[in-house]
Amino acid sequence: MNTRDINFDKAPARFKGKVITDELAGSITRVEELAYILKISEVMTGEVKTLHPEHSMQDVLECMREHRISGVPIVDAKDQSLIGMVSTEDLIKCLADQDIQANLQKYMSSNLVTVNSFDHLTEALKLFAKTGVGRLPVLDEKGSLTGILTKGDVTYGLLRALQHDYQEEEVRRYRASHLFEDIESDRSSLILRYSIERYDFIHGGAASSKIKRALLRLGANPQLARRVGIGTYEAEMNLIIHTTHGGTIHAEIEPQQISVYVWDEGPGIEDVNQAMQPGFSTASEEIRELGFGAGMGLVNISRCADEMQLQSEAGKGTHLSIKFILKGEDVVGEGYTGKKGE
Amino acid sequence: MNMTLDQIIKALDLKVLTQNKDFSAQMPTHGYVSDMLSCVMTGAKHQSIWVTLQAHNNIVAVACLLELAAVIITENAQPDEDTITKANEEGITLLSSPHNSFYITGKLWEMGLRDQ
Repeated sequence: MNTRDINFDKAPARFKGKVITDELAGSITRVEELAYILKISEVMTGEVKTLHPEHSMQDVLECMREHRISGVPIVDAKDQSLIGMVSTEDLIKCLADQDIQANLQKYMSSNLVTVNSFDHLTEALKLFAKTGVGRLPVLDEKGSLTGILTKGDVTYGLLRALQHDYQEEEVRRYRASHLFEDIESDRSSLILRYSIERYDFIHGGAASSKIKRALLRLGANPQLARRVGIGTYEAEMNLIIHTTHGGTIHAEIEPQQISVYVWDEGPGIEDVNQAMQPGFSTASEEIRELGFGAGMGLVNISRCADEMQLQSEAGKGTHLSIKFILKGEDVVGEGYTGKKGE
Repeated sequence: MNMTLDQIIKALDLKVLTQNKDFSAQMPTHGYVSDMLSCVMTGAKHQSIWVTLQAHNNIVAVACLLELAAVIITENAQPDEDTITKANEEGITLLSSPHNSFYITGKLWEMGLRDQ
């Protein structure tokens, strides 16, 4: 009975024939991903209304009207195995023939396309696209009818799964925003560590973006998260542009303060006071063409931060410490969710 | 100034390089123009439109940290695939125009967008 075409292409149409690279995988939408995760059994309608081969088309009409359905599976009265299906189209044909008293077998389609309850939703999507049918009978491991799947079921199932995703993110965020409440110590902090490579422009800003995102999860005021992000970005780009071997960023998050420590092992700054002057830069022409080296990086950091300390020794390296002080409802990880300050 | 990103895209005939979104739901608050990233970091306001000639991938990091409404890349400078992918991941809108930054900024000003 199962006529499922196993040779049908496994991937969605736009990925057809392509090797799924990391880049391509990145463009797969969450909905497409869900179609590979959800089982048909999770999405289908169970408890199907069925009729037996001895019923008439009149019975089909009443069954459809009573249960507001557009297709009725016909099963064997004894072993409940699927024999065929009568759809609205079949019924219309019967009505056109003025043959409503006929046995339903006369109008039933018996060459059925079915899906397995344990298959992934994507199999059903392919069949819908390939055959153009509106509903698919679902069979269980033993081959007996266990449900029916319509395009409406698919839409509803995907929406429900997306809603679930959304709630999970909310819960995760809520939990993170209470992080420090449940941990007892004289002084708790969360340290995020990042290694930054010299000339790694491809990942430039990745560490600062991650720190910003972590702060938002912890319930930080969005304006504060932005401020920390900007300050850290400038320091991160300095490691990429100006160091000999890159450097390290530690962001230490405490409920009342955020400290960002940035250090490298060279080349060091000749004259720190001069480096702090707006517009002063040692960046090469090549770097300036990329839009860096405006001589505003350190100035920006000091503008964003509540405290800034810069120590450097030529030939040895540079240590930068920037602090952001959080007051009142702006504290992070203690249950405030940072709805203010947008 | 009550103009949606959708109206701006149509009026300036901008090409959308990133995923299509409901641009009529976005209302940029201000504008900023510079090719120096640190200046943008200092000067561009939250939900601004940033006009620049830069097309390399660090514009996405900047736009993301500042939560800019969109970046208009002028003179047909073309960001590479990775930059566009990254922008899509971060939900940043990249727009493109054959005109120069002066022209685009002038048009935005005419439409009522301001720096403050």
